[in-house]
Amino acid sequence: MGTQVIMPQLGESVVEGKISQWLKKVGDQVKLYEPILEVETDKVTTEVTAATEGTVLKLYFKEGDVVKAGTQIAFIGAAGETPPGGASGTPALEPVMAGIAQASAVAGTTGNGNGKGAGARISPVVARIAAEYHVDVSQISGTGEGGRVTKKDILAYIEKQSSSQPAQGEGQRARVEPQLEPWEQPGLGELFRPSEEVFGKPTTPAAPALLPGETVPLTGIRRAIAEHMVASKRTSPHVTTVFEVDLTKVVAHRTANKALFERDGVNLTFTPYFVAATIAALKQNPLVNSAWTDTGIVLHRAINLGIAVSLGADGLIVPVIKNADSMNLLGLARAVNDLADRARRKQLKPDEVQGGTFTITNHGASGSLFATPIINQPQCGILGVGKIEKRVVVVTQAGVDSIAIKPMVYVGLTFDHRILDGNSADNFVTAIKQVLENWV
Amino acid sequence: MSEKTLIEAIREAMDEELARNSEVFITGEDVGPRGGVFRATLGLFAKYGPTRIIDSPLAELSIVAVGIGAAMNGLRPICEIQFADFIQPAYNQIVNEAARIYYRTGGTFTVPMVIRAPYGGGIGGGLYHSQSIEATYSHVPGLKVVIPSNPYDAKGLLKSAIRDNNPVLFLEAKKGYRLIKGEVPEGDYTVPIGPANVTREGTDLTVYAYGMMHFYCQQAAEEVGKEGISVELVDLRTLNPLDKDTVLNSFKKTGKALIVYEDNRFLGYGAEIAAILADEGFNYMDAPIMRLAGPDVPGVPYSHPLQDWFMPGPKKIADAMRKLAAY
Repeated sequence: MGTQVIMPQLGESVVEGKISQWLKKVGDQVKLYEPILEVETDKVTTEVTAATEGTVLKLYFKEGDVVKAGTQIAFIGAAGETPPGGASGTPALEPVMAGIAQASAVAGTTGNGNGKGAGARISPVVARIAAEYHVDVSQISGTGEGGRVTKKDILAYIEKQSSSQPAQGEGQRARVEPQLEPWEQPGLGELFRPSEEVFGKPTTPAAPALLPGETVPLTGIRRAIAEHMVASKRTSPHVTTVFEVDLTKVVAHRTANKALFERDGVNLTFTPYFVAATIAALKQNPLVNSAWTDTGIVLHRAINLGIAVSLGADGLIVPVIKNADSMNLLGLARAVNDLADRARRKQLKPDEVQGGTFTITNHGASGSLFATPIINQPQCGILGVGKIEKRVVVVTQAGVDSIAIKPMVYVGLTFDHRILDGNSADNFVTAIKQVLENWV
Repeated sequence: MSEKTLIEAIREAMDEELARNSEVFITGEDVGPRGGVFRATLGLFAKYGPTRIIDSPLAELSIVAVGIGAAMNGLRPICEIQFADFIQPAYNQIVNEAARIYYRTGGTFTVPMVIRAPYGGGIGGGLYHSQSIEATYSHVPGLKVVIPSNPYDAKGLLKSAIRDNNPVLFLEAKKGYRLIKGEVPEGDYTVPIGPANVTREGTDLTVYAYGMMHFYCQQAAEEVGKEGISVELVDLRTLNPLDKDTVLNSFKKTGKALIVYEDNRFLGYGAEIAAILADEGFNYMDAPIMRLAGPDVPGVPYSHPLQDWFMPGPKKIADAMRKLAAY
């Protein structure tokens, strides 16, 4: 008997996690739901709790190991029981969740392959064809030496697959013949006209060589940010519109209520005002609280507001205030404080960084006046709030122009032009401006 | 059209070129009244006389040097080296002079010269009459190296070599002189220097060969074909400049390569083919690139059992084909 401890899947796109710390060691007693270890992913750090009570009989991985989701990482049972793989034997690394098992990790004992292919050498041409056609070589029966999968074997396998599933992804299987650069080698070309052959042809400029320097290794979060940013820019046509907002009334309200909020343990910043104004504007313009799909624009029922939080050199994370429209200013202020604080301490739970429908980024915190942020896919837009500063503005009262000093801010909306046009985007930002300028 | 031997085709090419162009002449040891040690020039002395068919002293250096001088001054010499083994005294003339004059004089002088040399073993010739020298000379930029594998190509390629404005080393498989026969058209035709020839289409593996080994590879491919192994055979024909496109295209098709050459294995011509395939055909490779070649010993032995041990032949080639096909 006994119970396996499984590496959880911490988020939809997360496939692995790093064991940052074992909180229990072999022989320790654990109670139900008691934390056993801490797992770190590119998004969050979280604790994994015991699903049963008993004695920790075995830990299959060390601290620092990166383990695929679904893999057995520890074993809890009755004291004196022998865990799978023996008390001190080699770890049983077999992933237990179906579908996540990687062919390379399992020695081809399943599927219709003969099992020899996976362990044997894979020739360059087989590796290339497997990559081009997305084929798992371990599934192929090899006829070569020692059961090796030959080029003929993989081509026959692809042929069989495509004839049995003609409907599946033509595009995916479409094969791209790599273009081989002609290699200029005078000894093998036309021997005695080197001057025309070598110097006459236009050459394509090579990619500039990198200057020597130190290479900073990519962290998980840095790599994830890079992938998301590039994917977003490729996905939606980004357009940015910027409005200037007079914050006189907001500043007055904050000054009046700061102490009051502090009594409730809440540090009132300007961010909740922008969040509240955005919620109101989203309610008036539901098209902005949406996502593009090929079948249509999905209007979200819930308003889940993501707040971008800088982690300094470590990157950036976007915790989400779920059902933000159900909160008043105090609730929003508390939520913003709490999420930002826990984000910086890497204490966010996986579901707290998912499911956002719109995002706000407060780039003004670092002095920026206005910016063109990148949309957090698959959302429709992202609101950028600049630095609040006192500016000289012209005010008109009773037909008379005069100069006044007012706290002003630039508010920019970067939106998906597939969903919104300039006019609808401006209506949304106008709504935010009206809420902020008429704050009571 | 009639069936001719390799040496008859070579003689016919020289005969026709001598008749076609008065600048062409032949020089070498015993090429005159005797007609050459292999009878390649038989009858030509009677036909063209002592100013066109010139017996030389036993000095390969001077045969080639005379050829270079004549070629630079507007003639088209065909220099015969009696056995390829004897070419080494002329090495300096060929490498440092013939191959470089066009480059060195900025195109002012050309050396339109052909050096014919019978190469290869299997004829009981021992150390000094059996060598393969193609790798050494294919290494030299500025020198073309041609090895025909059949009478049709021999006649057409030799005519191209005589008409070429560059020095051409024309190597002839002496074992095949009277063994290899084939249809040869009467009259003038040429086979261009450069292109390789896919002489047998197949799908399982590609075999690269030239000269005598190509002849044996044909027999071996026929043999393993009966067992269901489909061999594509590439006759390289011109070793320098090499037809890389044909070489690579066949490899892309089969993914498996066997290079067969008679020269000793280490740094032989097959090493360059293997390197090109590994370099530019890596993504198509389905098996280790294999070479079947002579062993790395100082010469082809005189003793017949040892000569058989040295020489790649149809049986050894078929075994190598089977091994590669099964990989």
